[in-house]
This record gives sequence, C-alpha cells and structure tokens, in this order.
Amino acid sequence: MDLSIFSLATQLAVLIVVLAALHQPLGKYLANTFTSHKHLAVESGLYKLSGVDPQADQHWKVYLRSLLAFSIVSIVVLFLGQLLQGILPFNQGLGAVDPWVAMNTAVSFVTNTNWQTYVPETTLGFGIQMMLLAVQNFLSAAVGLAVVVALIRGFTRAQTSNLGNFWVDLTRGTLRVLLPLAVIGAVVLMITGVIQNWGGTSIHTLVTGAQQTVPGGPVASQEAIKLLGTNGGGYFNANSAHPFENPTAFSSLFQVFLILVIPFSLPAMYGRMVGDKRQGYTVLTVMVAFWLASTTLMAWAIAAFNGNGTSVGEGFEQRLGVAPSALFATATTLTSTGAVNVAHDSLPPLAGGLAMLNMMLGEIAPGGVGSGLYGMLILAVVAVFIGGLMVGRTPEFLGKKIGAPQMKLVALYILVTPTLVLLGTAITVAIPSLAAAAPAEGPHGFSEILYAFTSAANNNGSAFGGITSAGPGLATMLALAMLIGRFLPIALVLALAGSLAKQRKIPATTGTLATHGPLFAVLLGGISLILTALTYFPALALGPAAEGLLK
Amino acid sequence: MNLNNTLAALPLAFRKLDPRQMIHSPVMFTVLIGSIVCTAVSVQQLAIGSDSAVFSIIVTVWLWLTVLFGNLSEAIAEGRGKAQADSLRAARTSVMARRRTRALVPAGASGAGREGNAEYEEELVPGTDLEVGDIVICEAGDLIPSDGDVIEGLASVDESAITGESAPVIRESGGDRSSVTGGTMVLSDRIVIRITAASGKTFLDRMISLVEGATRQKTPNEIALNVLLASLTIVFVVAVMTLAPMANFASALPTPVVLVALLVCLIPTTIGALVPAIGIAGMDRLIQRNVLATSGRAVETAGDITTLLLDKTGTITYGNRRAVAFIAADGVNQQLLIETARLSSLADETPEGRSIVDLAEGPEKQAAQDATATLTPDVDVIEFSAVTRMSGLNLPVGHPANPGHSILEVRKGAASAVEHYAKERGGFLPQELENAVQTISGTGGTPLLVATYDGERAHVLGVVHLADVVKPGMKERFAELRAMGIKTIMITGDNKVTAAAIAAEAGVDDFVAEATPEDKLAVIKAEQEAGRLVAMTGDGTNDAPALAAADVGVAMNSGTSAAKEAANMVDLDSDPTKLIDIVGIGKQLLITRGSLTTFSVANDVAKYFAIVPALFAATFPGLGLLNIMGLASPESAILSAVIFNALVIVALVPLALRGVKYRAVSAAKALSRNLLIFGLGGVIAPFIGIKLIDLLVSLIPTIAQR
Repeated sequence: MDLSIFSLATQLAVLIVVLAALHQPLGKYLANTFTSHKHLAVESGLYKLSGVDPQADQHWKVYLRSLLAFSIVSIVVLFLGQLLQGILPFNQGLGAVDPWVAMNTAVSFVTNTNWQTYVPETTLGFGIQMMLLAVQNFLSAAVGLAVVVALIRGFTRAQTSNLGNFWVDLTRGTLRVLLPLAVIGAVVLMITGVIQNWGGTSIHTLVTGAQQTVPGGPVASQEAIKLLGTNGGGYFNANSAHPFENPTAFSSLFQVFLILVIPFSLPAMYGRMVGDKRQGYTVLTVMVAFWLASTTLMAWAIAAFNGNGTSVGEGFEQRLGVAPSALFATATTLTSTGAVNVAHDSLPPLAGGLAMLNMMLGEIAPGGVGSGLYGMLILAVVAVFIGGLMVGRTPEFLGKKIGAPQMKLVALYILVTPTLVLLGTAITVAIPSLAAAAPAEGPHGFSEILYAFTSAANNNGSAFGGITSAGPGLATMLALAMLIGRFLPIALVLALAGSLAKQRKIPATTGTLATHGPLFAVLLGGISLILTALTYFPALALGPAAEGLLK
Repeated sequence: MNLNNTLAALPLAFRKLDPRQMIHSPVMFTVLIGSIVCTAVSVQQLAIGSDSAVFSIIVTVWLWLTVLFGNLSEAIAEGRGKAQADSLRAARTSVMARRRTRALVPAGASGAGREGNAEYEEELVPGTDLEVGDIVICEAGDLIPSDGDVIEGLASVDESAITGESAPVIRESGGDRSSVTGGTMVLSDRIVIRITAASGKTFLDRMISLVEGATRQKTPNEIALNVLLASLTIVFVVAVMTLAPMANFASALPTPVVLVALLVCLIPTTIGALVPAIGIAGMDRLIQRNVLATSGRAVETAGDITTLLLDKTGTITYGNRRAVAFIAADGVNQQLLIETARLSSLADETPEGRSIVDLAEGPEKQAAQDATATLTPDVDVIEFSAVTRMSGLNLPVGHPANPGHSILEVRKGAASAVEHYAKERGGFLPQELENAVQTISGTGGTPLLVATYDGERAHVLGVVHLADVVKPGMKERFAELRAMGIKTIMITGDNKVTAAAIAAEAGVDDFVAEATPEDKLAVIKAEQEAGRLVAMTGDGTNDAPALAAADVGVAMNSGTSAAKEAANMVDLDSDPTKLIDIVGIGKQLLITRGSLTTFSVANDVAKYFAIVPALFAATFPGLGLLNIMGLASPESAILSAVIFNALVIVALVPLALRGVKYRAVSAAKALSRNLLIFGLGGVIAPFIGIKLIDLLVSLIPTIAQR
C-alpha cells in the first residue's frame, strides 16, 4: 500500500514534540494530585455523602477490597441498567439488551477493556451511553491510576502496610485529572467536527428520493474520555473510523495524542514520587523505544503489503491514507485503548500480528492509564532480580529487597495473561461450535480468535471484527478473560506494594544495581521482550506469520 | 572437573533420578516427566514400526541425558565436599573420655569446706556418651573427646585435623583462647575441659554435614530464583500444551515427542540444572579458604554486605608499634643517636624494643657483632617500669661504648618521662625535638626520646619514631571495597588522634576510637538502623553479642566458644583480613546465578527460530523463512536444539563450580560486562551451537531427509 513516509514522520514528530513538552508538567500535576493532603470542597462533600473517611490510611488488603467492591457494584449497575434500558430515560426507543451481551459489556467497561460485543447504534440509547458507559470510562481509568499510585507508595513508604486511601485516589483521579482533561479534549474534538447533540438518529429524504439515516448524539464528550482513559468503546460501531467520531486527519492525530498523553506522563509522576526523576526517564525511554519501533514496523508491514493491488487497502480510511492508521493502530494496541480508525481485521497479516504482539507485550509501552506503568514496573522487578544477581547483590529496587515473597507475586503476575490468552484460544479452537464464531478460513480464522483473547485478557478491547462474540459461550469466556486479566494482576500488584511498603529502606551504594540509565533500560527492554512476547511465538507463527510469510 | 571425579559422581547422578528428589527442582522435574512421556511414545512407535521411531528414540535419549547432566553437575559438586568430609571423619574416631564425677557426698553433710579442694573420682566413658556440662580430663597424647572450654590448666594442642595447620596452638583456661575442638589432640600438659557440645553436634560433626551438603537448605535467594524459574516453566508448559489444539486447528499437529522437545528447550533447563551445583560450589569455595559457614544463607548475605567493621590491630595494622625513623637533635651526629638508641634497647625484649634494634642495625645487621659484645655482664639493665616509663642500660667505666670516666646512663622512653629525667640532670629538651615529638604524636605515632647522662649533664640526643604499621596493600583493598559500595569502619582502642592517623593512612571510611565491645554493638545497631548490612570479625567472649548482631559475624577459630557460637562463620586460620575474601565469595555466588539465568533465558530466542519453523513449515511453507539458520530438516533442527540444550549444561558445569570471575568493580561495570557476555552471548551462542550440531546430526541418514 502507498504509505507517505513524509506524512508519517510529520505526524510522529508533532506527537513527540507535544508529548515531550507536556509529560513533565502533567507528571508533576499528577504527582501533586496524589501526594497532596488537601481535599477540594466538592471532594469533601462527596466523602461526607458516601460516609468515607478520607484520612483513613488503608492496609493493602483494605485498599484491594475497596477496589474490588467498587468494581463489582459497578458491574452489577451496568448489567442491570442495560437490562432495564426499556424503562430508563433517554433510551431512544431501545429496549432491554440481551443478557449475555449486557453481561459482557458490563464486565468490559468496568475492566477498562471496552470490548464491544454490541452494535451501539441498534443496542444502546444515549442514556446508557452517557450515564453508565461514559461514567465507567472515567472510573475504570481512575482505578488503574489508583493502583499504580498505590504501587509507587509501596516503594516510597517504609515499615507500614498502608498504601493510602482508595476512595480518595479514585475521586482525585476522576475529578482532578480525567474530568478537566476530558473537558478540554471534548471541546477540541468538537472544534474538529466531532458531533455533540441531543438529537437522535434522524432520517432525511434526499433530492434523489433516497433516504439517508443520520445518527446524532453526545459523541465528543464520550470520545474524549474514551481515548484519555485508554478505554476505546466507541459511540458508534465503526469507532474512530466513523466520520462523526473522527472527522479529519487532525482529529485523528489529536485522538492518538489523547491516547498517549496520560500513559506517557505517568513515568514523570513516578520519578517525582520516588524522588528520583531519572527513574521515570528510564522507564519512559523503554516505553518510547518500543512505541517508535512498533510504529515503524507497523508502517513497514502496511507499506510492504500489496495483496489487493489498491493504493489504500480495504478497511483503511480512504480519505486520509494509511499513515494515520499505522499510527493509530500502534498506539491503540500498545495502550489498553482498543479504539480503532482502521479495521484491524483488514490489516495486512503481519501488521495484524504486530497489533497482537503489541498487546502481548503486556501493554506497557506506554500501556493503559495506570496499568501500563504498573505492568512495566513489574517487569522492572524481574529485571532488577536478574540484574541484581549479576552484580553480586541480592536484588533491591528503590531501596526495597526483592526476595522470595516479592518474586512469588511477580511470578504469578507474569503467568496470568499468557495463560488466559493461550488457554482461551486453545479451548475455543478445540470446540468447533465456538471456533465457528470466527468465520475466516485457515490461519486468519485462528488469528481472529487469538486476537479476541489477547485483546480481552490484556483489557484492550480492539478486535479482528470478523469474530462474533455475542453468543453465550464466547461472551462468557471473553468476560472471564477480561475479569481475571484485570483484577488478578491488580490484586498481585497491591499485594506486592504491601510487601514492599512493609520493608525498611536500604540506602543505595555504588554496589547497588542502578535502576536508571541506558544499561538498565536495555536490560528492562530485553526482559520485557523475552519474557512476555516470546511466549506467544508459536501461537503467532500459526496465525499472522503463517498467513503473512509466503515463500 | 576431570574425568575421575565425573565418573565417581555418576552413580550419585543416577540415584538422584528419584522423583522425590527431582521435585525440588521444578524445571528438571518437568524434563523428567517429559522424558518419561517420550519413552512411552518411542516404545509405542517402535511397536507399530513407525517411520519416526528412530527420531523419537534419539530425542528421548537426549532428554534423559539432559536430566542426567543436571544431576551430574550437582553430584560432582557434592563429590568435592565428600572428599573433605571423609578426611574430617577420620578425625572423628571414637575415643574414651576420662569423665570427672564428684565423690558422692551423703545427704545432710553438704560438703562445706571441701569445695575449694574437692576430691574427684574419674570414670572412663565412650566419647559418644558425653553430655553438655560434663567435665573431662585430657593429658598429653589424648584426643579431646568433644567440643568444650578449658576450665583448668594450659596445654598445647594439635588442631591440624580441622585447620590443616600443623603448628600446635596454646589453649588455656580463662581469656579468649579457652575453646577446644573435639577430635584435636593434646600434645603437652594437662587440661580440664567442660563439654559444650553433645556427641553428634560438635563442630566437627557440623563441618562434616556442611561439606557433604547433607544439611543443605535452599537459601532465600535460591528460593526466589526457583520461584521465577517455576513460573517460566509453567508459562512454557501452558504455551506448549495449548499449542497442541492450536496446531490441530491448522491440521499441523506435531507428535508428542516434538512438543516435549520444544518444551524442554524453552524452559530454563540450563540454570535449573545448575542452581544446586552453584550453591554447593559457593560453600565449597569458602571451605577451601578454611572458612566454615553455618548456613548457605550466611554466604549469600556476605555478598550483600555494605559495611565492614574491622579491628585495627591484626587486621589493618600488624598490631605492634615499630620504629620507623630516628630524628637527631641539632648538632648531634645521626650515627651517635642510632647507636645510643640501639644500646638503650638491647636488653628490651618488647616488640617495640626489638624493632628499634632492627631499624638501627639495618637490613644487613652490620652492627650485630658489636651488639653482643656491648651487653657484657657488668652492664646494669634498667627495666621498663610503669613509674619511670623508661628503660635502658648503665654502662660501667671502660665499657667499649663508654668513653668517659664515670658510669654512662643510656635511656629511652616516653617523651615526658625522658624530658623530666634530663631536666633533673641539668639537661634540656631542644626546641626542634619538642617540635618533632608534637608532630609524631599528631600523626598517631609514638615518640620515644633517647638521652644519655655521663655524671655531669644529661643530653637528649633525639627521637625514635614508633608507628603502627599498616599492612601493605590494605589501602588498595579498601579502595576496591569502596568501588563495590562497601563502607569500612575501623575499630580501635587507640585515642582519637592515633586512630585518625591510622584511618587516613589505611584509607578506611570511618573509625571508632577508644572503642569498647559495647561500642561495636552500638555501631552495628546504628548501621543496621540505617538499612545497611554489617559484617565483622571477633574472637573474644565480649565480642559475642556484636557477632550475633552482625549480619555476617566471622569468629576466629582461636577464639572462645561463645564467640564461635554467636558467629555464623568460623575462620579456621583466624585471619581477620579474610572477611574481605568472604564478601567476594558471596558476590561471586550471586553473580554466577544471575549470569547463568540470563544466559539460559537468552538462549530461548535461537531455539524458537530452530523449532517453530520445523514444526509448521510443512503446513505453511512461508514459515520456512524463519529457519534463518538453514537447518537441514525439521527432525535435525529439533534434535539439534535438544542436543545443544543438553550439552550446554555440561559445558557450563566448570563455570558453575568455579564461579563467574568476580572483579571488584562498581555495579554498573559489572552489569554491562555480564550483560554483554551472558545476555548477548546467550542470544548468539545457540545460533552457532545449534547450526554446528545440525551439520553433524544431518549426517544421520533417517534424520537428514526433508
């Protein structure tokens, strides 16, 4: 396909400049938000209303229980809300959602996956979209932020098991970080032409006599947080490929920026919170390196493909060319977003494989809001463990010993996602009735299934759209993958944070492995690649590689 | 590792195939299960005469070899310890002990008055029947039956059975040299010993079980590493097990043998097989340096030490003040000063006195002949006393060194004492000498004044500079330690000025002057409070609390049992500087573990490129492009990977036993070096190794065909 290298390079350059300018100020703002002792008036009011004691410092188990309780309640509310759509306001005449679809959607939005097993236009009115789904777009992202903040506190605190207050972190993340940014984002999106209205779908009769269906709705407000919170659930089925959701080349680039801005600012927050900015820069370097390498490879995989002879392939944005798609597809799969401006099912096989590989990496470059950084820090613990041994010290990370209790938690963490992806895929392909949900022939059908489980277990939400996941079997399996893939790692991260916080701080000496600088970055990058992505090598060989490598 | 000890270890390697032992290493246990599965499949294929039987059998054999090689590495490491254990065991022959029993005192007559001069009965009991608290008597020629403390008497003891040092040592009641070890022999005199260890729990018994590895427990870091390895193993088990239905979906289901081969290649067998050997070898290196650790944990902790507490005397300095210079007063012949200083010290048998004579005579001992001539019987020897703080000679008239007509008094001593002596006799202390005294004191040295008195006037001739001499090379070693991030603290009873001077000369980071044993404990507590790990050496009973509090406490074998009991290591050579080596050994152990883990994990990249195309290239020819090594056939590719995987264990056994070379450099340098060798090397080496093996394997007719 025709790829304008100039277009790609320009867009990349704009992104890099803007992100480079913003990541430190935003990181500083984030760090202040989560370390400040002051409560806003509106926050204090909320705490009073809900009976939360904002001064309470929670043990990691209490923090985790609060988080789980909050998420379970959210899932139940979302599920019931969809079932009761017929009697709820602003339903635009749409009735109850199919229970399997409602269940899958409830889990999907609370786990920050936003896998869309429903067709929004025909399933959900803007009442559900605004009051339930969009609210979860904020809250699930704030949950991710809370978890990474708690993990960082585990490193900075000493001789305590308390990690802060989940309710305070959740409230601040939502009100002080996501809400203001989303307002700005929504306004900019409206300026680029994204719609924002209270009109429902209207049908116009054209001069030719043909009828045209024009959808409406509060799109911009939902679109901003869809991207900022690395959620990805589109207002329309076509997601960011829909002209009302993503009208221009600029809006497309701005959406990529919105996806990346918080995840790329979190390392700066981390550096400030641990009192050593270099720590943040090192993590950021690894993230940026993966992002640039993956974007380049994606562009190459798309450009090198000339399967159907057209200059811009099927499923691509015909007006804008393929460069924005390469950029968008990489950003959306390297974070846990899953919004799409190109049909991933139509990506050339190797490009589709790369999208999967991005997710399989654990979505750490830069990853979802919060989840990307805690995923990266878990890998950093492994890197510290191996690297620490290589310098002749039992490993320590930011002054905390990495011993057997810590390694147990980390080892479980790195087991969870691969197990979910591979087991889910294997079970599906072994049961013909389930495998039938992926209609494509040969390796591509396999890829559709592999992509679905990769996306669900990593809480991404994008799909090889050919697959139909509405049936009870796949809807349940994918929902389980999303649930376990989200909350088991979170539980392990918080347990790790608790065990780190309990320790006293060991002062660093020249004999300590430095966890900043290019050397550690190389180690961290290598460990990430070998421990996560390589696990999937055989599976990828049977899917995208089998389809894309031709002799 | 040579052929002999490899052969000797073979039977043990086979015995270790017992699944109950194998389960302790999750990685190798997985290989064992895989080997059993493949054996069953091979037998079945052979029974039905399948074409792939030959291939399956060869793979199976190599899988069994992988398991065996792993066990062999452990068996060789244990075998080295066994040899030492056997020689120790020879010392533990059963001996009869003369146990002292108090004469029975009838009830009511509570033995008053007999306590001080009690009469005892003795009985002859086997050494194995002794209990803690029993009192035994040993005389010249007796083997000491068990560990204990001398409570009466003094004896020379041959401890060569445990220390390898043939010179006898003195053991006496009270003080810091009261402990005796079971299995050592009394050479002279008679001692009474209170037994401190029951049979089977003596020092020697502990040593034997340690070097044999019988009491080997996994160390915390080993557990943490095993957790990581187990999780990698599970990930790959999941990856390979789920591959079966996935491949079946693509109608490219490989045989179970091939799947097992893939699994074994991917799981970290290299490090999994070598972890026990690395641990045993680390302990062994310590024992070879004559240091006993009570646990592997202590060795590991040694690598983490960030603060070393070193006694000044014996560790940093030789401990004796030695003469290093003569400074003559203005107008006094330097040769006269030297000769007078020598004269004044001729009868002085203290180390300081002898060092003055040594320095005066120079290395060639030119004046030695004269020296004996001058100490004639008519010379009065003035001994040092705490009151006069001087010593010297009174030379009679006519003595070759006395040209005058009255008795010539020659004195050397503490500056203030000699100054007083001279002033009483009409002399004075010249200004330049007073300055010299100040300077020497200021640098931590001890100034001695030398004076003569010929009956008329006293003359202060000059100053002898005594200094505590820092052992050569200490400064460099401390610099190395600093580079490794280890802080050194010198502990000394000297005053602050002296301590500061020695500290500066030796290059330690900090010092504690006028230190008491309590100060040591306080320093340790303070360092630990700041999160540092502290190592120290000690030998006295009053060191015991500090030894127990230190993260690594090394007791000198010459020390008391209390010190040895409190420490977690005992240095048989009683050499305090060895602490520095111990830290190195601890680090080397961890480095070896980390480096081989990195190597093992990095190997996987090449193995994927060997096996994955081999699995599916028949179904999807495009995947043949991944065969970047150009391996001859799917069978040869899989076989080569399996063979490489097995052989690399053998190839790395010597490295595991010897340890990765350890250099005292900063963490950053150590990491970049090891990352380059074992990380990058680990990625590249298997590409070359597998290709080479493939060239050989493809010569086998049934394997080579595509």
